[in-house]
Amino acid sequence: MNNLVMNKLASRRNILRGSAYGAAITVGVPFLDCFLNSNGTALAATGAALPVCFGTWYQGLGFNPGRWIPSTVGPGYKNNVELQVFDPFRDRMNIISGTKYFLDGRPLETHTTGWQIASQGAIPTGVSTGASLDSQIADVIGTRTRFRSIEVAIGGGRQSFSKRAGSATNPSEPSPAALYTRIFGPEFKDPNAAEFTPDAMTMARDSVLSAVKEERRDLMKLVGAADKARLEEYFSSVRQLENQLALEMQKPDPLPACTVPGTVAATKDGPDVPDAEKNAKIFGRLMAHALACGQTRVVNVTLGSNGLHSVGSQQTWHSLTHEEPVDDKMGYQPEVTWFINWANARFVEFLRELDGVKEGSGTVLDRMAILWQTDHSYARTHTMDALPIMIAGRAGGRLKTGMHVSLPGDPATRVGLTMQQAFGVPIKTWGGLSNETSKTVTEILA
Amino acid sequence: MRSLLFRTTALLIALGGLAACSADTSKQTVSAPAAKTAAVQKDAVYAPRQLVMRRLSGEQYQNVIHDVFGPTIELGGRFEPDLRVGGLLAVGSGDVSITAAGIEQYDTMSRRIAGQVVDEKRRDMMLRCKPANAAAPDDVCAGQVMARVGRILYRRPLSQTELQAYVTAANVGAVKTKSFYAGLQLSLAAMLSSPKFLFRTEMSEPDPDHAGGWRLDAYSKASQLSFFLWNSGPDQILLDAADSGKLNTRKGVAEQVERMIASQRLEEGVRAFFIDNFGFDQFETLTKDTTLFPKFSAQAAADAQEQTLKTIVDLLLKNKGDYRDIFTTKKTFITQELGAIYRIPVVDTLPNGAPDTWQPYEFAATDPRGGILTQVAFTALHSPPGRGSPTLRGKALREVLLCQKVPAPPAAVKFDIVQDTNNPLYKTARDRLAAHANNPVCAGCHKIIDPIGLALENFDGAGAYRTTEQGAKIDTSGMLDGVNFTNAAELGKVVHDNPATTSCLVNRLSAYAIGRPVQEAAWLDDLKQRFSASNYQLPALMREIAMSDNFFAVVQSETKAAATEAAPQREAR
Repeated sequence: MNNLVMNKLASRRNILRGSAYGAAITVGVPFLDCFLNSNGTALAATGAALPVCFGTWYQGLGFNPGRWIPSTVGPGYKNNVELQVFDPFRDRMNIISGTKYFLDGRPLETHTTGWQIASQGAIPTGVSTGASLDSQIADVIGTRTRFRSIEVAIGGGRQSFSKRAGSATNPSEPSPAALYTRIFGPEFKDPNAAEFTPDAMTMARDSVLSAVKEERRDLMKLVGAADKARLEEYFSSVRQLENQLALEMQKPDPLPACTVPGTVAATKDGPDVPDAEKNAKIFGRLMAHALACGQTRVVNVTLGSNGLHSVGSQQTWHSLTHEEPVDDKMGYQPEVTWFINWANARFVEFLRELDGVKEGSGTVLDRMAILWQTDHSYARTHTMDALPIMIAGRAGGRLKTGMHVSLPGDPATRVGLTMQQAFGVPIKTWGGLSNETSKTVTEILA
Repeated sequence: MRSLLFRTTALLIALGGLAACSADTSKQTVSAPAAKTAAVQKDAVYAPRQLVMRRLSGEQYQNVIHDVFGPTIELGGRFEPDLRVGGLLAVGSGDVSITAAGIEQYDTMSRRIAGQVVDEKRRDMMLRCKPANAAAPDDVCAGQVMARVGRILYRRPLSQTELQAYVTAANVGAVKTKSFYAGLQLSLAAMLSSPKFLFRTEMSEPDPDHAGGWRLDAYSKASQLSFFLWNSGPDQILLDAADSGKLNTRKGVAEQVERMIASQRLEEGVRAFFIDNFGFDQFETLTKDTTLFPKFSAQAAADAQEQTLKTIVDLLLKNKGDYRDIFTTKKTFITQELGAIYRIPVVDTLPNGAPDTWQPYEFAATDPRGGILTQVAFTALHSPPGRGSPTLRGKALREVLLCQKVPAPPAAVKFDIVQDTNNPLYKTARDRLAAHANNPVCAGCHKIIDPIGLALENFDGAGAYRTTEQGAKIDTSGMLDGVNFTNAAELGKVVHDNPATTSCLVNRLSAYAIGRPVQEAAWLDDLKQRFSASNYQLPALMREIAMSDNFFAVVQSETKAAATEAAPQREAR
């Protein structure tokens, strides 16, 4: 076998290196057999479980009352009409109904307050806020990956509900092509590549960053407490960058399910449904690959519901929720419902992408939990009770699934608290004022 | 009597916002009490503020880079989203930080910029020195470059420690890459993503003119002047004035302010203010349904913003006009792209037919167009993708141009009965809104936003003129704060004459200048009087703000409160 053929093989398979009688030998074997244990749940070499991952999916404007709550609670529930699209994943999902966002006398900023409670557990009083739950989880599970988290916006813009403590919002990426370059561009190190040569420029960058570290930090001495916190956020971001460089300089652990997706061509990003649909599909694929390749363990998706818009219509999804009459015969707003179904189809598509990456007997979806939340239960009247919440994935066995849990009148933050505890965030309570809770949803904790 | 009543109403609105537009007046708060400055107060106007650390805006970052390395340098990155506080990104810049995604972008841009600086074709011109050996570190050349560039990027001279850190960085990089230029590139890139460049940090010192009070130090003054007037960092002359202590004298400040106001670069500062105040950043995510508005191309959107800016710059700077006239002027500029929306034939007179050639244009006295409210940038920006919106436009007029806060709509309101666009009873937006406003919960706010928004109903969602909607004639008459009008042109006149219009500009421009909303009514009143005395000339107002003691007056920072016991002077860098 000449070198050329060998290299080709090596790039498609993983290489086991060893030595026999002092002479280096290289043996190519199919990776699933060599790196995973028999269940596919752990790396054979170290016995370490495949890491758990977390995701959020923020889809505004709720569902139609009477069309989504399953008629029975507990396991074996049957999906109501609006959620039947999730039937293939029913046993690997949970539906939580009945919870509320509490205003505590604060004014309702429609399509804002709900998101704040969903993501931060409380209504902030100023620009500076607490960290969002995904950030709390990322600080536990995402510190050793290239990206602490990845945010995308379906429908254009850079809206994101992922916040660090203080005033920093992790901005969403609206362009799949830009996301591809960010993750799989020149700085990506394929964990399964046979050869690894650290780049001289990367090593020099790392040294230069070290050389200016003290010079940068002395700024901290000159500012007040509020600005110190903002600088701390900056330095925390710089550490993430240093972490990326460190990872680029060492050979990554092989991840058998990791394959590099094909290049992504530039697409139009914006709120027109055909563009959003196309981009949602690519985003899903890229995030599945990024998770399988160990580039991040937290992904946040904002589906920009409010601006979404069918080509040729004078209305957006949001304006339709207020302005479209309820059809007398159907009992709901037909065009709004079309958008709900469309958005749910995007979420299912995302789950399929995650489930499509096989790792032994499981999939990436199995070691994840994706928390689906919304801003208003019924957008037509801006209600914030009887909220729909969904969780997809078992988080590597940390969650029980296949359940409909009804928690009438309870704060929705119970679910956020449950997620954070499941992922090891050391908190007993979460949320502010009436949204504060110390009760997890024990039904779904494994 | 009527005029007095009117003025009182306007003042109340300005003070309390429009929180009371439904019925509830109990929660109104009148402006915050003046800061406790009695001990150091020289006159009623003295109003020191907190120090503020502001993140450079994308435009400012680009302007500084072009100042240092020339306009051909390409940035090739994307900035983090800004935050709007009190109506301004300039105020929000004092609250934002830099996220992990943001630092990745800054890092990429820094390396790209530094790469262009040390590029073989440009390096001799850019660096002005050569290493003894291109494959090895060179303290002298690296030191010269970093000190010179550092002074502009940090907006002050580097300390010895700082300079040494960057020379060391360049040397370490040169050793690792076996290239002086690669090492310098990395060191330069590190400076370009340093918090000392990306954040404008203010330093203070005791103010001899206000015993016990504090003021910005000379370099912080230079930065504040320059970002306010030019939207960029201080140039060499301004830094020299800081070095020499001239910026600590009123005469020295006056000299610099006059020089900067006389400069062509003032236009950049004026544009930056209006881009921020008008919310033109929202154009980035603005979309129009191209099947409904085929003429509203990306180029048309860009031209629309430029049209409004050109109108303002031409009127306020080139012709030294009255600020209020931006709401009535018939003079503007137009391109072929805009001509398609305005239905004005634009004949390209250039032989090469450049499509974005700007031509001056004057609407006839009887034309319904006139003033920036009737321009595409205003009517299209404040409309959803598929139609116009009197509510969004009326709200923008109140909030952006009159500084009056319109509260969010109440929860649990049903819109469908009255807002069915196919309902033959309610063909026009006015009909639908009238039915909607019968709901007492909604009526309060809609009464103050709809009439002014409806005046612009002759302009569709992309800003094109129309006289009917679904076959019904559009009625554009209404009232703003007690003054009647019949169409958009008259609305422009009413806005022109409304006292909130000029006081709003004073509020916004002063907040923009110092990075914090100005709470001191006495200072604002003083500025308003001076603005009025100048016949509402914008550069005159900018001069008044820049020359005011309050522009540099600060309260002692908490860090300094601890440090100054031992060292009352400006802390060493």
